[in-house]
Amino acid sequence: MNEHYYDKGDLAKFPEIGKNCPDLSAKFFDWYSAVFADGALSAREKSLIALGVAHAVQCPYCIDAYSRDALEKGADLDQLTEAVHVSAAIRGGASLVHGLQMRAHATRLGM
Amino acid sequence: MAGRVLTLSQTRSPLASAAEQLRVLGRIPIARGFDEALAPTGLSPLTAQTIEVLQINVGKLCNQTCRHCHVDAGPDRREIMSRDTMALCLRALDATSIPTVDITGGAPELNPDFRWLVRECAARGRHLIDRCNLTILLTPSHADLPQFFAEHRVELICSLPHYRAPSTDAQRGEGVFEKSLEALRRLNAVGYGNGTSGLRLVLVTNPVGAFLAGGQASLEAEWKREMLRQYGIRFDALYCLTNMPISRYLAWLVESGNVEAYMERLVMSFNPVAARGVMCRTTVSVGWDGRLFDCDFNQMLELEVGERGTAHIRDFNAAALAGREIVVGPHCFGCTAGAGSSCGGATA
Repeated sequence: MNEHYYDKGDLAKFPEIGKNCPDLSAKFFDWYSAVFADGALSAREKSLIALGVAHAVQCPYCIDAYSRDALEKGADLDQLTEAVHVSAAIRGGASLVHGLQMRAHATRLGM
Repeated sequence: MAGRVLTLSQTRSPLASAAEQLRVLGRIPIARGFDEALAPTGLSPLTAQTIEVLQINVGKLCNQTCRHCHVDAGPDRREIMSRDTMALCLRALDATSIPTVDITGGAPELNPDFRWLVRECAARGRHLIDRCNLTILLTPSHADLPQFFAEHRVELICSLPHYRAPSTDAQRGEGVFEKSLEALRRLNAVGYGNGTSGLRLVLVTNPVGAFLAGGQASLEAEWKREMLRQYGIRFDALYCLTNMPISRYLAWLVESGNVEAYMERLVMSFNPVAARGVMCRTTVSVGWDGRLFDCDFNQMLELEVGERGTAHIRDFNAAALAGREIVVGPHCFGCTAGAGSSCGGATA
């Protein structure tokens, strides 16, 4: 049992998640591979989206994996950083836009 | 990644020696050896087929000192091929029908007999490739080269790690990106890369760091779109090359603490389909001093063809070379990882 919640080595063991549920796991990994193939969006564009989402969900495994993947797909550090800003902007904006809910509620309550 | 890069030779680094590079590579723990990885594919021992490419490395002299250079080339290097050795290469061509001559370096154009070699190869009707670093075309004594290349129908394979400046300059030196764009514009101006002239212009990208190259087809489409949109530059094809863990790139891997993880990545990414297409099976590589090798990488590691010191262009025997057993080592995983990597780009 680990003494900490995240272990870097777990990323390479991801396929082990299929040990007790191989059929569902196979469906997931097949679908996952298909999602990231070149399509209407290029594999590089999808990798940058994944990197942004990885930051939004704050998954260290995904951040490691998609930092490297985006570099391998030909993105440079400026482009990776901009992808993270997009993620941060949506997270920040999502918080801020809820301020309208706060304002509406406060207005209802106030005199 | 800032700071001026010197050659390993200039700094008297132990890794300037091929023997030391082989020692460092041999010490890295890897899951399996190259022969072992190759065995299930039926390709082991790896043997050569018909020679399709005579690759001539005309010397280590270069106007650039790129961080990843597997040749340890630079302005301080003095090893260049003599015209006598070039003449032996031409004699080998005359005795065979090898269709392609691939001239590399260093910056091959800095060899004083470079143009002579190009003219002689062109006169023999062989397909000619020059591996060009682009910036050399901006130096005053080489400014007429685009026209010269066009006249002799030379295919140009040019290094450009990225279509944006930061990565390119980080690997190849400050200001190299802008100079490379200017050189590409001059090549476009004489007809290179327009898709109809037959003057083929290929760009080569290789990772700026300790990771593998991307998918060639996917990247080529994006590069063509972006090079045209951002800079108005056209080219015919993009080759994605993996950096080989030798010479200055090996030194960088060691210094940056990436060497073990990178080797593990190469080994784990072994692709049998890529192995089938490795360039050494159809190439003979000639060193600046006339010695023969399976590829430019084995040349830099001084892993000669056959018995040490016996294989020289003066004794060129195409029939014997065609069936030879190729000298392999851990560095060969660089050519078989992922989509594969060769002087002609991906192999799978």
